[in-house]
Amino acid sequence: MPKAAIVADKLNKWFGVGEARTYAVKEVSFEANWGEMLYIVGPSGSGKTTLLSMISGILRPNSGSVAIDGRDLWSQSDDEIADFRLNTIGFVFQDYHLFPRLTTAENVAIPLILQKRNWGDALSTAAQCLKIVDLADKAQLPPTKLSGGEQQRVAIARAIVHQPAILVFDEPTASLDGDTGRKIVSFVKAEILTSKRCIILVTHDSRIFEYSDRIMEMEDGRITGFQQGQTV
Amino acid sequence: MKQILILAYKLLVNDKGKYFALLVGTTFSVFLIVQMTSSFAGILTKASATVINIGANIWVMDPAATNSVLSNVPMPDYVLDAVRSINGVKYAVPLYSGTALVKLHDGTYQAVSVIGLDDSSLVGRPKLLEGDIDDIFAENGFIVVKDEEFPKLENPKIGTEFELNDYRGVIVGIATVPTGGLYGTPTLYTTYYRAITYIPSMRFTISYVLVQPKADSDIPYIKQQVARLGYLALTNHEYQDAISSYLEYKTSIGTNTLLMTIISFLVGLSICGQTFYTFIIENLEHFGALKAMGAKGRELVYVILFQAGFTALVGYGLGVGLSTLLITAAKLRLPEYTSRLTYTNLSLAFLMVLIIASISGYAGVRRVLKIEPFEIFRG
Repeated sequence: MPKAAIVADKLNKWFGVGEARTYAVKEVSFEANWGEMLYIVGPSGSGKTTLLSMISGILRPNSGSVAIDGRDLWSQSDDEIADFRLNTIGFVFQDYHLFPRLTTAENVAIPLILQKRNWGDALSTAAQCLKIVDLADKAQLPPTKLSGGEQQRVAIARAIVHQPAILVFDEPTASLDGDTGRKIVSFVKAEILTSKRCIILVTHDSRIFEYSDRIMEMEDGRITGFQQGQTV
Repeated sequence: MKQILILAYKLLVNDKGKYFALLVGTTFSVFLIVQMTSSFAGILTKASATVINIGANIWVMDPAATNSVLSNVPMPDYVLDAVRSINGVKYAVPLYSGTALVKLHDGTYQAVSVIGLDDSSLVGRPKLLEGDIDDIFAENGFIVVKDEEFPKLENPKIGTEFELNDYRGVIVGIATVPTGGLYGTPTLYTTYYRAITYIPSMRFTISYVLVQPKADSDIPYIKQQVARLGYLALTNHEYQDAISSYLEYKTSIGTNTLLMTIISFLVGLSICGQTFYTFIIENLEHFGALKAMGAKGRELVYVILFQAGFTALVGYGLGVGLSTLLITAAKLRLPEYTSRLTYTNLSLAFLMVLIIASISGYAGVRRVLKIEPFEIFRG
């Protein structure tokens, strides 16, 4: 296993053409390592989410490359990239995007369902993941019956249920109060991050900086610096 | 594939409000389509009642009168002899078909259809419920058909006398036939000779010549020879088709049925299309999330097509069931209710519901394929 989980090299993403061209991400290069919890921080519009989308196989860069575990991501076909997302990435969206018409357990099982795992096995694995996030007793409830913090933990369970190597969190504490946010992130750091996993977390919530291993600062689409997280 | 279809099923049926609205739209549409086309099928069948009930293989007639059995143009006697002389004809007999007025005991008159069967063979005779077929040869003997119009003759019994065009008539038998008539008149069977005697006729009296070919392979030749005589020979099915064709294309019944069927289709399409599209729009971010998590575009298409198809099938089943229930209940209460479920109208309704599902699904598929997972990240 290469030491670097993610290697981004001279990534560029722009929108518009000609004089209207606007760079969302410009000449961004960085590495994220296995066992590392890397934060991407910066003000709104700094290109954090665009960068996260490019390294997780959702948004194709205009130029530059992304290598995941030594394999070039964007040289693959659309179907291969979809498979890569399904098998390698666990997503925790800012708004959770849980399905209100499914039970909590069914929500957690979705990546396994997409992997064409047997429905019963998928639910059983989902139930185990709900134990990890301490929501075993809420497995049969719809997410709408859960609090914001509980919904966030369901989203985390869904992100880890298929054992992905890379987890991406987009503003995970944006909808949570300070205490809940800290609890969630400390839980992720303690229970989810392993030496064979890399977590990329986009945030501008300084209350959770203490849990990062490294912080990458961005502004106007460029990296402006790195800091060791524990020292912030 | 099975797993993602289970997911599609749960996403659909767990949204009870939308699913109910989709089912109501589809069911209502199928119900209307089946009702309209069944009524029309019933009308077509009843319009051909005499052809079905007599059951002859070949009907020879004046080519100018193929619209209905009642609107026949009488043919001269030599046609019967000429047809009998055609190679391949096993036998040929005359048939009289006309209308008359029966004077009821209360002094009122009731129109009746009178079928005059060939005196020597009684080809086309109905199945008797009461009486003896030989009694049709008795003086003034008539057989009455016990169908939905039977009570209009004051529920006659064997021996009941009546007056028909100032002639005395006696009921000598009560019969049943496969199909009741369309025109709401009771039917009386008698002999050909008595029919043309009792009912005022033009110079010619044979309404139809009924032909039994020696073999089916003789039919084309018989038709050809009849055509050389200046007349028309149609097989049983061809004659029924001709009557149906007249009702479908040359009366307002077919046009009105078609219009109502199209309106039913449009009602179903608008309810289902709009509801399904709203369902997709409301779930668009979830489809985007699925796509972000690794679902392929074609898998999302399967999800939508399954949801549209499943709704269509359930709605079709409910619509057909509801129609069947209503037709059955109506026939129990109203014996003359003209409606008939056929494979053709069930297939038509199925085709239309598939079109509704396809159009509704297509609109959803377009939206879902356009959504970018990046939009989910951006919120």
